[in-house]
Parts: sequence; C-alpha cells; structure tokens
Amino acid sequence: MSHKVVVPIGPYHPLQEEPEYFRLYVEGEKVVDIDIVIGYLHRGIEKLSESKHFDQVAFLVERICGICSNSHPIAYCQAMEDLAGIQVPEKALYIRTIIAELERIHSHLLWLGLAGHFIGYNTVWMWAWKYREPVLDMFEMISGNRNHYAMMKIGGVRRDILDEDIPALKKTLDDLVPIVAMFKGAVMDDPVIQSRLKGVGILTKQQAIDWCVVGPTARASGLNMDLRRDDPYAAYDMVNWKVIVQEEGDIFAKTVVRILELGESISIIRQCLDKMPKGEFDANVKQIPAGVGIGRIEAPRGECFHYVKSDGTNRPIRHKIRAPSYMNVASNKVGAVGGTISDAAITLAAVDPCYCCTERTAVIEKSSDRKILNGFDLIKLSQDKTEALKERMGHGTIK
Amino acid sequence: MKALFYYFIFPGFLFSVVIGLLACWVDRKVTARLQWRVGPPWYQNFVDIIKLLGKEIIFPEGAKITFLLAPFLGVLSLGLVSTILGLNIIYPGQGFLGDLIVVLYLMTIPAIAMIIGASASANPLASVGASREMKLVLAYELPFLLSVITIILRSGGSIQLGNILAHQVSFGSNIISFSGAIAFIVAILCIQAKLGFAPFDISEAEQEIMAGTLIEYSGLPLAIFKLIKALLLYTLPIFLITLFWAKDLSPLFLIGKFIAILVIIILIKNTNPRVRIDQAVRFFWGKLTLVALIGLILAILGL
Repeated sequence: MSHKVVVPIGPYHPLQEEPEYFRLYVEGEKVVDIDIVIGYLHRGIEKLSESKHFDQVAFLVERICGICSNSHPIAYCQAMEDLAGIQVPEKALYIRTIIAELERIHSHLLWLGLAGHFIGYNTVWMWAWKYREPVLDMFEMISGNRNHYAMMKIGGVRRDILDEDIPALKKTLDDLVPIVAMFKGAVMDDPVIQSRLKGVGILTKQQAIDWCVVGPTARASGLNMDLRRDDPYAAYDMVNWKVIVQEEGDIFAKTVVRILELGESISIIRQCLDKMPKGEFDANVKQIPAGVGIGRIEAPRGECFHYVKSDGTNRPIRHKIRAPSYMNVASNKVGAVGGTISDAAITLAAVDPCYCCTERTAVIEKSSDRKILNGFDLIKLSQDKTEALKERMGHGTIK
Repeated sequence: MKALFYYFIFPGFLFSVVIGLLACWVDRKVTARLQWRVGPPWYQNFVDIIKLLGKEIIFPEGAKITFLLAPFLGVLSLGLVSTILGLNIIYPGQGFLGDLIVVLYLMTIPAIAMIIGASASANPLASVGASREMKLVLAYELPFLLSVITIILRSGGSIQLGNILAHQVSFGSNIISFSGAIAFIVAILCIQAKLGFAPFDISEAEQEIMAGTLIEYSGLPLAIFKLIKALLLYTLPIFLITLFWAKDLSPLFLIGKFIAILVIIILIKNTNPRVRIDQAVRFFWGKLTLVALIGLILAILGL
C-alpha cells in the first residue's frame, strides 16, 4: 500500500462541509482502496446528556445535527415516553409528523443541491437551495426558528400549529408541488446527469444488508424498509403514503428515492393538516420513573436510535445514540472502491452524511472592544425577522 | 515600434486582457442571474487580478523553476494570438501565409503550459489534474482540427485568415451552410473544453481534486493563469467569428456576435454537470469526431 498515490479528501476539503477524512489510494484515476477516518466532530453529547435534566436533553440532542435537528429530539422523546409509559395527545402526534416531514423535505432538497454541486452542476445547487427557503419559512412560521425548531417535548410538543396559520402553510406546500415536478424532470431526465450517476457507486442488495445501511441508501438498494411503516410512530399509521424503493443501488437510484420521497412528504403533510384534531398538544409530564426506554424514528438519512436509562432522579444515567450516517458512511468502502476519483466524489456524498453548525457570533468594534451585537441582540433581530416574515405570509403573531 | 504597439497595446495584450476580463464578468453575471444570485459588479475581475498581484508567491518544496515559467509561456502565446486575430479583422489582407496554422498552434500552448506547470509543482492532485488536462487536449484537438479543415476546404483550401475572411465577405458566412453549421457546433463544444468550462472543467474539478492543475499556484502566477482564462474567453470567440461568422464585421455586429457566442458558451456551462475524463474522451473521439467528419464530407461535396 505504501507506494500508491494517496488522494486525500478531508479533513478540510471543498467536497465535505464537515471534517471527515477519506484517504483514497489511487492508481492513475482509479480508486483501489479507501480509508475512512471519522471522529473530528466528537463532542461528547452522550456524556453531556447525563449532566442535564430530562427537559434540557431534548434541546441538547437537537444540537447533534443542524440538518435533521428534529430527528434526535423526536427519537429521544419517544424513548422517554416508552420509559415512563406516557400517552401523547393525538394532536401532538400530528404536529410531530408535520415537523418531521417538513424536515425531510428540506433535508432532501439540501442534499439534492449538494449532489449537484459535487458533480459540478452548480445551477442545480443554487436552484435546490432557493426552493428550500419556503420550507424554512414554514418552519419559522410554525416555531420561530429556521433550524433547531425546539418543537419536541416529552409527552407532546412545545408549540401548537395555529388554525390561522394552516391556509398559509397549505399554500406554500402547493407551491412546492410544481417545483418537485421540475426537479424530477431536470434531474431524472437529464442524459448527462444519468451518464454521471447511473451505474456508479453501486451497493447491491446483499452488500446493503451486510453493511447495515439504513434510510434512502438502503431503499435505493432494494431493501424495502422504512420505520415509518414498519414500526409506526407519531401519526404515520393514520395517513396514506407509500415507501419509495429502487432496485439498482447506484447513485442515480439514491437520487430518485430522495426526489420521489419529496412528493410523498408533501402528501403526508397535507393529510396531517387536514386531519389534525383540536385539543391538547402536551401531556404535562411531571415525573419520570426509573427504567429504560428506546425510541427509534426514520430520520431523513435513515433510522435514528435513542436509548435512555433513568434511575428515578431528574437526569438520565445512560443515554445511547446511534445516528444513521454512522452506518451509511462505512458503506463507502464498497461504493467508492473500483471507481474513479470523479465517481468517488459523488459516491462519498451520496449517503448524505450530515454535519452540524452550532456556532455563535459576536460583532466587536476593534477600537474600543465594544460588542456591537451580542447574543441577545441577535435573538431580537431574529425575532423581528420572524414577525416580518409572518406578516408577509399573512397571519397572526406567535403565541 | 509599430509591431510592439500592436503586440502589447492594441489589438494585442492590453486590449484583449481588458475585453477578456469584461467577458469574464459577463460570464459571472449571467451565471449568477441563472442561479438566482445577484452577481459581482463589472470591475470585480480587475480587482481580483490586482489583489492577486499583491499576494505572496509560494514556491512549493520540490517544485521546478518551470512551475513559475509556465504561466508566462501561456500568456505570451495568447497575446500573439489576439494580435494576429485582431490585425486580421482590422486590416484584412495584412496577414501572412499560414497564420491560421500559427494561431492553432499558439492556442494549444496555454493548455500545455498548464500541464507543464502542474507537473512541476510536485503535488499529487496537480499531477492528476495534469494527466486529465493532457487527455483532454488529445481528445478535443481532433474534432477541433477537423472543423477547422472543413472551413479551409470551404474557403478554397486557403490557410490564411485574411483569405478566409475575404471568402466569407464575398460568398456569405460559413455558418449559413450545412457543413459550416455542423463545424460550428463541433468547434463550440471543443472550445468549451479549451476554456475549461463545465461540462469539461475536468482538470480543475474543485470538488474532486481541489482545482487540480492550479492547486499550488498563488500570487502573481495564479493571476497570470486567471489572465490566461480571460484571454481565452476573448480570443476563442473571436477565432470562431473569424472562421464561421465573418460576413459583416463592423464594430457593432462584431460586439453583438461576440456576446452571442459568449452567452451560448455560458449557457452550456450552466446547464451541464461535469463529465468524467473517460466520458469526455469517448465523446470527443466518438460522437463529435463522427459529426465533424460528416461536416467535412459535406464540405467536400460543396454543401
């Protein structure tokens, strides 16, 4: 192995938005082996979780990932509800479904844009991200935040979806339908994209089983699995939708699965907005008994698993998390080896590894060391922006 | 004295750099508008070049002196190309026999300069980029030359730019005919690769090999490579106009044709993903060469 040329992708590389290190061993253009090094982002969340009380942990796990920032709280809350045997009000289940599916839409659009960028198609990148904005606007309308919605709570949700907001939400969803159709045509029917993605980075059904991949990565390899159907949670068993499965296992199949799932998600949200009952959205949990609980959900990238153990105090004594990318990233060993460097770039990104963005800023005037904008000013600015947005989209104030 | 003025000021180096950088701005602005962005102000590319001139030149350990010489080789040859093309358009009939061949050779030199510079920079990613660039040059030169030969045949076998221009003035632009139109399509796709634009920006692919050939360059040499890009964006469309679309070359028409070709190039760039190098070679040697050959046969038949 020593005399082979190494092409490093990472830890800091234009391809990856997060620190991950792929060491590609190449002969000419051909990738003959790959080393995957992860762990640059380790923040000790599981240990931190043991020092927070149960309500704080929901906020903590939200910070694991900036893109699927709802998946971890929902899985954690389900673990706690499993532990304490809590009945969640039906309205809260619907709201959870709506938030989870909105998140899937914005996550898939984000991936679609990045995938375009990785194959040098920057127009798709910019367009996908432009049309992701209305989804983020919907989040801001519902929760006041674009990412990190802070909607999940043990026994329910933190905020209601107001009746007067629903028409504006439905309108924004309707506007998304032609956009999804446009991407379907622009990406799935483009011959050059097909020649770049078809037959590339193939993960066969057997390999997918062997490497335990989850989510769209698995469904693109012909594995018919989706927790939303197989182990229904929230309101998924109360609405009609179908699991998207493709057989080919290449990058193109992964793209198709994600684009088609956009349409399913829109349909799920519409049904939920129609069927959502009136009433309570929080079970008002006061006490967590000793015991263990698990929660698993289908995040945009696959199965997200939380295990919580409580000894009857107000903190978890053990909190175990398994995020979907942990399973999917390893499968690159199969997908990338044997292809060219060009193929490796898109193959590594096709499992949609997730990254986080949790930094805070302060603007400081250099001459006097005076803070011009601190955290509180920024929160005020963002609240003003949300008010303006709600006014523009036409409905009442945040309660 | 006059020759020096022609080469360095007008229509040579300085003039074509200014027009080239403005063309780069058109590229960035149109790209930005296509992608729902705002785009930079018109002077952005000039500011970029001036900024790069003030930056430190980093000479990588293990690199050869050709690393620094290569960009100058490229920019000097392109200065000559723009001088020859410009003089031919301003004073038709002032050229020399075989200036078309000289221009064709000189236009290949920037790519060769890039290969030399990248190979001398002692960086594995640059060497991957250099090998891709080399394959790409071999790939696109074949159909490009075939399309040029089509034009030579149509102009009565002349290899002097002045005669090709004169032929078009008296018999109409080459692009109007079947063989000319086919050769034009072939040439514009080859030019996409010569410019290093998507779908053939393979040697620089930032997401794969982090700017490949240019990875080790900084400061002045990088600025020179940016100038080479700008000069290419000026000379190649002008070359196309000279060969294919030269019935009327009054200033207004010339600018209009230049912008039209520029916009076609930018549109192709923004509506295609990057192809792999093997796909590019197969495309140029397979489909495109076949199409160019059909054009050539049509030209022989006089269509």
